[in-house]
Amino acid sequence: MAIVGTRMTRVEDHRLLTGAATYVDNLRLPELAGAAFVTFVRSPIAHARITHIDTAQARAARGVVAVYTAADIDVPPMGTPPMLTNGAAMARPCLAKDVVRFAGEAVAVVVAEDRAAAADAAGLVDVEYDPLPAVVSVEDALAGRTLLFPEAGTNLAHEAGELSAADPFADCEVVVTREITNQRLAPVPMETRAAACVPDGEGGLVLWLSTQCPHAVRDDMTRQLGLLPGQLRVIAPDVGGGFGGKIPSEVDYTVLCWIVRQLGRPVRWMETRSETMLTMNHGRGQRQRVTIGGRRDGTVSAYRLDILADAGAYPHTAWLPSATVWMATGAYGIPRVEARARCVVTNTTPMGAYRGAGRPEAIAAIERAIDLFAAEIGMDPADVRRRNLLRPEAFPYQTPTGMEYDSGDYPAALEQVLAAADYPGLRAEQARRRAAGDHRQLGIGLSCYVEVTGLGGEEHGKITMDADGAVTAYVGTTPQGQGHATTLSMIIADRLGVPPEQVSVRHTDTGSLDQGGGTFGSRSLQLGGSVVHEATQRLCDDALPLAAAALEADERDVVLDRESGRWRAAGDPAREISWAELVRRSRPGGSFSVEVKYALPKLTFSYGTHLALVEVDTETGQVKLVRFIGVDDAGRLINPLLAEGQRHGGIAQGIAQALYEEMRYDEDGNPVTATLADYTVPSAADLPGFELLTRETPTPHNPLGAKGIGEAGTIGAAPAVQNAVIDAVSHLGVRHIDMPLTPERVWQAIKEATS
Amino acid sequence: MIPSAFDYARPSTVQEAVRILSEAGEDAKVLAGGQSLIPVLRLRLAAPSLLVDLGGIAELRGVSESGDELVIGAMTRHADILRDPLVARYAPLLAQATATVADRQVRHLGTIGGSLSHADPAGDLPSVSLALDAVMTIAGPAGERSVPASEFFVDYLTTAMQPGEVLVAVRVPKREGWGTHYEKFNRVAQAWALVGVAAAVRRENGSIAEARVALTNMGTTPLRATAVEQALAGALASADAIASAAASAAEGTSPSSDVSASAEYRTHLAKVLTRRAVAAAGGIDAA
Ligand SMILES: Cc1cc2nc3c(=O)[nH]c(=O)nc-3n(C[C@H](O)[C@H](O)[C@H](O)COP(=O)(O)OP(=O)(O)OC[C@H]3O[C@@H](n4cnc5c(N)ncnc54)[C@H](O)[C@@H]3O)c2cc1C
Repeated sequence: MAIVGTRMTRVEDHRLLTGAATYVDNLRLPELAGAAFVTFVRSPIAHARITHIDTAQARAARGVVAVYTAADIDVPPMGTPPMLTNGAAMARPCLAKDVVRFAGEAVAVVVAEDRAAAADAAGLVDVEYDPLPAVVSVEDALAGRTLLFPEAGTNLAHEAGELSAADPFADCEVVVTREITNQRLAPVPMETRAAACVPDGEGGLVLWLSTQCPHAVRDDMTRQLGLLPGQLRVIAPDVGGGFGGKIPSEVDYTVLCWIVRQLGRPVRWMETRSETMLTMNHGRGQRQRVTIGGRRDGTVSAYRLDILADAGAYPHTAWLPSATVWMATGAYGIPRVEARARCVVTNTTPMGAYRGAGRPEAIAAIERAIDLFAAEIGMDPADVRRRNLLRPEAFPYQTPTGMEYDSGDYPAALEQVLAAADYPGLRAEQARRRAAGDHRQLGIGLSCYVEVTGLGGEEHGKITMDADGAVTAYVGTTPQGQGHATTLSMIIADRLGVPPEQVSVRHTDTGSLDQGGGTFGSRSLQLGGSVVHEATQRLCDDALPLAAAALEADERDVVLDRESGRWRAAGDPAREISWAELVRRSRPGGSFSVEVKYALPKLTFSYGTHLALVEVDTETGQVKLVRFIGVDDAGRLINPLLAEGQRHGGIAQGIAQALYEEMRYDEDGNPVTATLADYTVPSAADLPGFELLTRETPTPHNPLGAKGIGEAGTIGAAPAVQNAVIDAVSHLGVRHIDMPLTPERVWQAIKEATS
Repeated sequence: MIPSAFDYARPSTVQEAVRILSEAGEDAKVLAGGQSLIPVLRLRLAAPSLLVDLGGIAELRGVSESGDELVIGAMTRHADILRDPLVARYAPLLAQATATVADRQVRHLGTIGGSLSHADPAGDLPSVSLALDAVMTIAGPAGERSVPASEFFVDYLTTAMQPGEVLVAVRVPKREGWGTHYEKFNRVAQAWALVGVAAAVRRENGSIAEARVALTNMGTTPLRATAVEQALAGALASADAIASAAASAAEGTSPSSDVSASAEYRTHLAKVLTRRAVAAAGGIDAA
């Protein structure tokens, strides 16, 4: 029986749930015996000149091995990617040199015999700062009165897309414009950033790192540290969540490696939560100006999205708003669409990918715009969507912003959700409450999203089969809790006809697989899955002549029976051989092994519709999420149980953006929501059960037919909830409220609309 | 982060605790459940040289009756309060408020004495102790003294206790025949109150004979809403009477504007929540 498509429970769970997982800080390896502990000294100020650093007291403190500042570390700064418009003069030094550019930037580093001594000594490093004006808002950054990098001559790090000189709205009956803020968020994985590093005894290093991309980190560090290829091995043990925050190569890792080379002894490092809130990249952070125009019959004919994005203090990911430009058009067939993003540096934590990474911002903008348009023409938002969604005949669809959507049935997903929700019934109940003047008003919000998945379109892998038939797969994708070992072993088991228990999946060690892409952008199943699919095919191709020889049959008559995992000669059931026997016979004392590289020929596009039903207390502004219904089509599902898990977590994070979370700074660049007491991450107690419906439209672009599912929930959920809350109070005259829709904001909006 | 180094003592009697504290002077701190103190130490906002852990003093944990009072030991955990039959019978308001404190893990470690001693205006139990006319039993070098809740909370995170003193018990007058309700308004289930209202109402024939109303997080200390109480005393038990009394809930308060809410919003919430709390306590439908 085929295993792919079944709800097989996760092979990872027993270990994870019984506390048997090994995160970096739990590693108890002999190589790490006697490791020193590293702690960074971080700037409490957003923008300042460093006038003096006195490390004498810290160096003299109990248990201190060494204290270093930028003056000691002879490693070049981390350059920005060449694709940036103005990135050349915006490199990031390993430790702040002369100037600090955000609260949380490291200015010195302490190495001590233990964790407590390191923390004590860090408090003894005396840094004198001469404050500079802090650039906090993107508007101030663009105005450029204060420059973060004077040599660059601008705060504008990157530009993408363009707006036309001609007016695309000239023939529209209705045009609506709105400023929208897509707020800054912190990823907040359970495990903070952490690493351990040892000399390998041959002049190189081994780095255990809580990362999503060990190979990229290896390549970046090797280059920055001037190591020879092969001198750095990066291993990610169990990783406790990442959400994008563990993609990048970080200067902190460079410093750790440098220290190990300097001291020749192993070190450990584990950030505190307070540090991670400031040092791990934040995400989103866009000011958007949306303009939507069309006819009173509900047809949208033109859409413009103008973005001013925050790159934070170092613009290494300032190209991310390009993804917002690509996806600006959303799930609709709008003839004229234009989008532009300008991304500026500010004295705040550097920005980077956070679950969705540029795509949620696009969908949030267009889904709000559709609702604003619907409100303006007095049409039901579901009807406006019905009228403008791309139809199944449209695929492959070339968007005005340069994407090629592959497959799907967008209107069907909308209808599926509306039917499950009893949409007309909900509207009737809403009308009843409005008429009664109930203080608990009902709101219904929709979001039809589409997202690009499978970025970083190449992946590597290797499969071996031993003499006892055990299969080991190595892939370049690297999980942080997603369950890759489960899904990949299901694919392999089906393809080779072996039980999944006989398959083990290895990832995240550059020492066992030289090339790999990592895990981000909803890429791992399509790429890692397609790699192992391809590898099993190659394994079978290689085995066929051997099986034919063993069975003394013609190759054309020999097949692998995928039910039993035995090679058979046609017409003679007695002539058969198991994988294990085949290995023993054809490779005495050895094993079968294939290594493959797989490239996704084209990007894939997952889509779906989410509906949120909320109750808004009009006296207090409090929002209660009552129901959440979603259809997510991510192509063929290898394991529906795990897909649901991804949707579940994603939707929770989308709801978190809509209602709860925001990383805020005061006008001096001091973070004011940098503890979990102020950042208000919701928990299970704040969320209803989700009603998850499915659709499966395979993509033509990979052998599995699978698209990505990791970010879909986050992308779809936030605008659905935002639209629902605004819908609940729209009869009072409210048209828009920015996320997060805190009770106070909702209360203020009602007050302003009704006064 | 890791706290600065400190010494640790675990006495087994109150006398011993008081002696150790008096000898150590201002630099020592009492450790109860650690749910407020340990975060402060880990952020290095405080660095006491000595922690005196009350966890080994058996007599401090538990609820008993003494005449017309309940005596609640300072080290009684939030989770103990939630399943205590005496509290359920004579001071259900305390259990109602305690159920809203943080999460299960915190409630199994945090103590009533720690909550009151910490005197966080956003804490739920200080206002409840005020509404219930609780009296604190405090032990010090000079012996025991009693301080009513109305005099116990002096300022932000400050009580009438002196260095060297230990809160031993909270005494709560037994009340039967009162309706009570704690109305907490927070952003997520596990968060502190933006504003909270503790209400106790005694009805007599169709009217409200007496009411006790106290506010959480409407100033630097918990506050009694005296204007509301006065307006309610003898008022008709009706939605209108309650609404009009609740309109003065913010009188005499001085809420802060901070990252979670503005003073203006807190002032508004105090009125709405007071109306709802009193109505719920009095069993009156006030929508
Ligand atoms: C995540 C989280 C969420 C929380 N949410 C809430 C909430 O919603 N509502 C709420 O009310 N509380 C909340 N709390 C606080 C919780 O109720 C604490 O348990 C309480 O505030 C302190 O009690 P404790 O026993 O832990 O005291 P500790 O933390 O041990 O001590 C607190 C302070 O009181 C002093 N102290 C303690 N006991 C005595 C004593 N007997 N005599 C003299 N001084 C003493 C200590 O020296 C210290 O200064 C939360 C805590 C956490 C960690």
